[in-house]
Formats: sequence, C-alpha cells, structure tokens
Amino acid sequence: MAHDGPEGLTAVQLAAIQRHLTTGRGALTRRSLLRAGGLGALSFASFAALTGCGIPAAKKDTKGGGDPDYSAREKTVVFSNWTEYMDVTDDGKHYPTLEAFTKRTGIKVTYNTDINDNNEFFGKIQPQLAAGQDIGRDIIVLTDWLAGRIIDLGWAQTLDASLMPHAYANLIDAFRSPDWDPGRAHSYPWAGIPTVIAYNAKATGGRKVDSVSQLLDDPKLKGRVAFLTEMRDTMGMTLLDMGKTPETFTTDDYDAAIARLQKGVDSHQIRRFAGNDYTSDLDKGDIAACVAWAGDIVQLQSENPDIKYAVPKAGYMISSDNMMVPAKSRHRANAERLMDYYYEPPAAARLAAYINYVCPCDHVKPELAKLDKDAANNVLIIPDAAMQAASHSFRSLSNKEDSALEQKFSRLIGA
Amino acid sequence: MTATAARPAAPPAAGEPKPRPAPRRKRLVPYWLLLPGILWLIIFFVVPLVYQASTSVQTGSLENSFRVTWHVQTYWDVLQQYYPQFLRSLLYAAVATLLCLVVGYPLAYLIAFRAGRHRNILLVLVIAPFFTSFLIRTLAWKTILADGGPVVHALNALHVLDLTDVLGWTSGDRLLATPLAVVTGLTYNFLPFMILPLYTSLERIDHRLHEAAGDLYATPWTTFRKVTFPMSLPGVVSGTLLTFIPSSGDYVNAQLLGSADTKMIGSVIQSQFLTVLDYPAAAALSFILMAVVLFVVSYYIRRAGTEELL
Repeated sequence: MAHDGPEGLTAVQLAAIQRHLTTGRGALTRRSLLRAGGLGALSFASFAALTGCGIPAAKKDTKGGGDPDYSAREKTVVFSNWTEYMDVTDDGKHYPTLEAFTKRTGIKVTYNTDINDNNEFFGKIQPQLAAGQDIGRDIIVLTDWLAGRIIDLGWAQTLDASLMPHAYANLIDAFRSPDWDPGRAHSYPWAGIPTVIAYNAKATGGRKVDSVSQLLDDPKLKGRVAFLTEMRDTMGMTLLDMGKTPETFTTDDYDAAIARLQKGVDSHQIRRFAGNDYTSDLDKGDIAACVAWAGDIVQLQSENPDIKYAVPKAGYMISSDNMMVPAKSRHRANAERLMDYYYEPPAAARLAAYINYVCPCDHVKPELAKLDKDAANNVLIIPDAAMQAASHSFRSLSNKEDSALEQKFSRLIGA
Repeated sequence: MTATAARPAAPPAAGEPKPRPAPRRKRLVPYWLLLPGILWLIIFFVVPLVYQASTSVQTGSLENSFRVTWHVQTYWDVLQQYYPQFLRSLLYAAVATLLCLVVGYPLAYLIAFRAGRHRNILLVLVIAPFFTSFLIRTLAWKTILADGGPVVHALNALHVLDLTDVLGWTSGDRLLATPLAVVTGLTYNFLPFMILPLYTSLERIDHRLHEAAGDLYATPWTTFRKVTFPMSLPGVVSGTLLTFIPSSGDYVNAQLLGSADTKMIGSVIQSQFLTVLDYPAAAALSFILMAVVLFVVSYYIRRAGTEELL
C-alpha cells in the first residue's frame, strides 16, 4: 500500500499543494501577506469597530453618593467655572474671596475658567463621566437644564446639607426647590440669570421696547431684532408673551411659539439668533432691541447709557448656574465648604458686586450697599418682591423631549 | 578633459553578476520613515473616522445607550431634511473661492513679479492675519461691516446694496446678517490659502519666457493668457482646493456674520452634535459632507487635469 499523506492525500497531490504554496499563487510572499493582512485587518477592524463601538448607556443606577472622599487628607479643591464669573483684583492676578477662603480653611483652590458653553462642556466631560471616571474637577458650574441632566444621569454627588449651614439657611426662596433637583440635594446656585428685553435707546429713536410682541411686530425694529440661541430663554420669553407659562406648557404651545418666531424669521423682522456676541451688536446699535441676559445689560449700561432694559408685563425668565460635585471627584467635603462659604453674606456681597448677576444668597443687600450702593438697589442683582414674583423658569424636560424641542428650535434658527 | 568623463560607460559584460538587491535593512528604511506618519494618521484620522462611521449607523439615546443597528436610513433622512444647507454651503464656498481667486491672483502676481525687494514684507503681510485667532478676525468683520459703518455707507451711496438686495444677497440697507456678509467673511478668512500656492507657482515662472513672448509680438494680455496663466495652473488648482474645502465646512462665519437663513452645513452638524445630541444624524451629515466635497474635488481635479500638481 502506497504511503498516503495526511487525510489520505497521495504523494502527487501533496507535492502539488506544496508547489502551490511555495511558488504558486498561494505562495506567502511579504507583499501578499501585507496585502492580505492589511485588507483583512481593515475590513475586520472596520466591521468590528462599526459594530462594537456603540456609546454605552449613560445612566448609572446608583445616584451620586458613595464615592470615596479624600478631603481630609488632601486639602485642595478644583473649581471649574465660567469666565468673568469671579471677583478679581484689577491686575487680574488675585481672586480676593477665594484667597480669603484658603486663608481661613487651609484648603487650596485651583480655579479654572474652562467653561464657555454648556453644550461644549458637556461634550467634553460626557465620555469620562459615562465611563465612571473622575473628571479631575471637584466643583463644576452648569446652567440648570444641564445640571438637571447631569443629576438625572447620576453623575452628581449628593451634597450633605449639614456641612453647608449658610447655604441651607441663606438660599433665596426662588431657587429653593427646582423641579430638576428637589430640595437642592445635588446643587447650589452660583448666580441667577434673568432674561429680559434690552434695547439701545439711540437705535430705537428713544422708543421703549418692552415685550416680545413688540420685538416681533414693531415695523420700526425690522431687521434689527435679535433673539438668543439659548432655546429655553428665547422660547420661554415667547411662551410668556403668548400667555402660556413655561412651567407647564404643552407641545402645542411650544409649536405655536415656534411658528410665531418663524414668521419673524421669514419676514426678516428677526435679524439673527445670537450667542454671547449680541452685546457688541446692541452696543453699536446694529441690534436695536433683543432678548438679553441681565448681567450683560448691567455691564453694558456702565459703559453705554443708551442701553436700557425692560421687564415685560407677561413676566420674564430666570435660570441659574449651579455648583455641583461631579461623580467620582475626590474632594466633596472641601467642595461643600467652598460652596457654603459663598453663602456667607460678606463673601456673597463681594462676589455680587463684581459679577452683576442675581445673587442667590439672602441678607446680602446691607453688605452689598457698603461696597456698591447702585448694585444693592439694582433689581437685576438683588431682586425685590415684585421682581421675584414676575420670574418664571422653564420646566424640566426628559432627555427625549429635550432633544425633540431642541431639534425644532435648531430648525428655527437655521441649523 | 579627464579620462573618466571621456570614456563612455562600458556596457555590462554578459558574464557579470546582476546587481544584488539592497540588503534587507535598507529596503525597510522607507517603511520606518513612513511609520510616524502612518501611526499618526491611524490614531487621529482612521480611528475617529471609523468611530464616526459607526456612530452614523447607530440608534438610541443618551440615557439608553447608542447601539449599532445598521440604521442607514439616517443618511437619507438627514439629506432630505438638510439639503438646503448643503447646497448653500457649496454655493457660498464656491463663490468665496472664486472671489479669493479674483482678489488673490493679482496680488500673488504683483508679489511674484513686481514687488522687488518688498517681496518678503508683502508675503509676511499676507500671513500676518494668522497671528490672531480665526474667531477674533471674524468678529472684527462685524465692526467693519456694521450698519452705520463706512463700508455700508459707501455701498449705499453707490447703490450697490440696492442691486444686491434685488439679487437676494443682502436685505435692506445692511450687510451684516446677510449672505453677502458670510461670503465676504469666508473670502477674507481663506484668502491666504489661495495667495500662497498661487505665489509659489507664479514665482517659479522664468522671466525670460515673458521677454520671449514679447519678442514674438505677443501683447501683454496674450502673454498672460498663453504663457503665465497656463503655467500658474497648478497654483490655481491647489489654491482653489485649499480655499473651497475648508470654507464648505466652516460654520463660524455663518454664525457670526449671518442670520437664520444663511446657516451652513457646519452649523447643522455642530448643533446636532452639541445641542440636539443626535449623534447619529451629526455623524451621517459629516460623512455626506465629506463624500460631497470629495466628489466635487475629484471631478474638478480630473477636469483641470494638472498632473504636475503633486
């Protein structure tokens, strides 16, 4: 019996296979290996990668808390805030309130102004938080809708109110219990941001502009009206003007408000939807009247007396920027002490005198009057009872509804 | 004359061994040299690209995770919804590129042939805007084009704005928040990318060719048409590409100088990614933009047929 190769192949067949593998088309040259390897790897990688790299579920089951706290050992806290949102000396090198805090408590504060935009900042921290990692910041300051989303996703640590006596006692009523963070379990306001109507009296020829209706209908303002790119502020003000309440509006109300604004876009009554850059346009008079953030207006008024503001009879929107401790950050107790410190009226007054936004701390008026009488009497900084009563806030939205409403708004503003 | 130069190279004798292939180490050198670039491209180009490709066929939401479901429908949906912004982007980019060419060519010509000892200073001036940020430069244009500003006054006095208003490029007595302002901004911001390649290819042209053309009774215009311009074509092609590609994806100019009806596709992608949080739609839009630009550019290169380009 002839000697058979593996699996019963004859010697001739084996020789043929061998030849094919060494010199024939099956020969394994470097080039073919590279080509095959490259193609294979590429197609495999792209297929595997396409299928495999889904974005993991963001939501965590455990809500905050439970993250280890190293505050006692590490006397530091990393504070990320918006630009121009902290009192600073004229040479721009010192933060007096922060330094006073460090002197008193021995906690060293690393202060970063690396938040410029809620959406962008969320895009930046989202992958790390979703992966359950420390983002290297102990306090972040986010506008309430985003703060609500962060809490909802379980990415904010629960705060211990017993370590924050001043904050607990002095928080003004308007901010006590937003529907997105009942009882302020995860956040405390840094500043309140009223949205009002502003106009350049020189550009309007001395006319007063005090309602969204006027912005949308007054032919004298045609092509010189701006709204904000921040959906909640623009839509909230429009809803109020149409007699709806932003706390309870329905989808139909929202659609009606979009349609009303769309008419303004189509008729070129609305010049543009602007972000922070509306201030220079208003200052120059290119924009005669617009929906505006009060803090900007206080700032502009100090340089340009023609800039006026009006609180519509229908009411105005108020939102807040909120300090919170992200999940997994190492120094929650230090962060709580720092937050609490800014609810002591002297520190709060020094801050309010500098940043021109609504001070969320009660009993500040007398302290602020010592520093800056005008600021203490400005209802855009220390709102009086009437002002507080006219304020409204946008109801919190589920992520799905948020996406849907933002989508409609995006189409309105052209993007 | 030296002996070596005089002697013609002897043909290799039949019996001599063939030149041996370079040693293995030497043959690998080019690959080693390529390695850093390839690694860079893999990490910062291929990986993100694959990641985005994957995102574009996912469905889901932020809280319930995005999963690959091969939902290719997204491409069709976003195309249907946002084709006006696509067309607008291509139109604005094309017009801006054309304007860059019209403005940039004479300038590059001047620097290459007429600037003499001022040549370097002029080149530095062309690049100088890059010393400030893109955003600041665009914001500066808001001041230049402001409603009460000199530019608007002058154009109004010349009734140019009436004409552009009829054409739909401006509205009323203003420039800002109109298509014209966006195109102006694009033209300004990408102009150096046009001038520099134009300059390099013009500068290479031999002066004596102009003299020769003159000697053959060519008018200056004919000289330009038959000699200078054809020889500068590689610069024209690379300049137009360097201007067209980035400006078609730009969104800063549209945001700052435009209004709601001048938004370009870049704005849409940005808002889908950051505001609406519809990552698949944003990724699909990015891929469509890439495909469209790739198609337009390859068609253009084929038509222009400049093999010397590379």
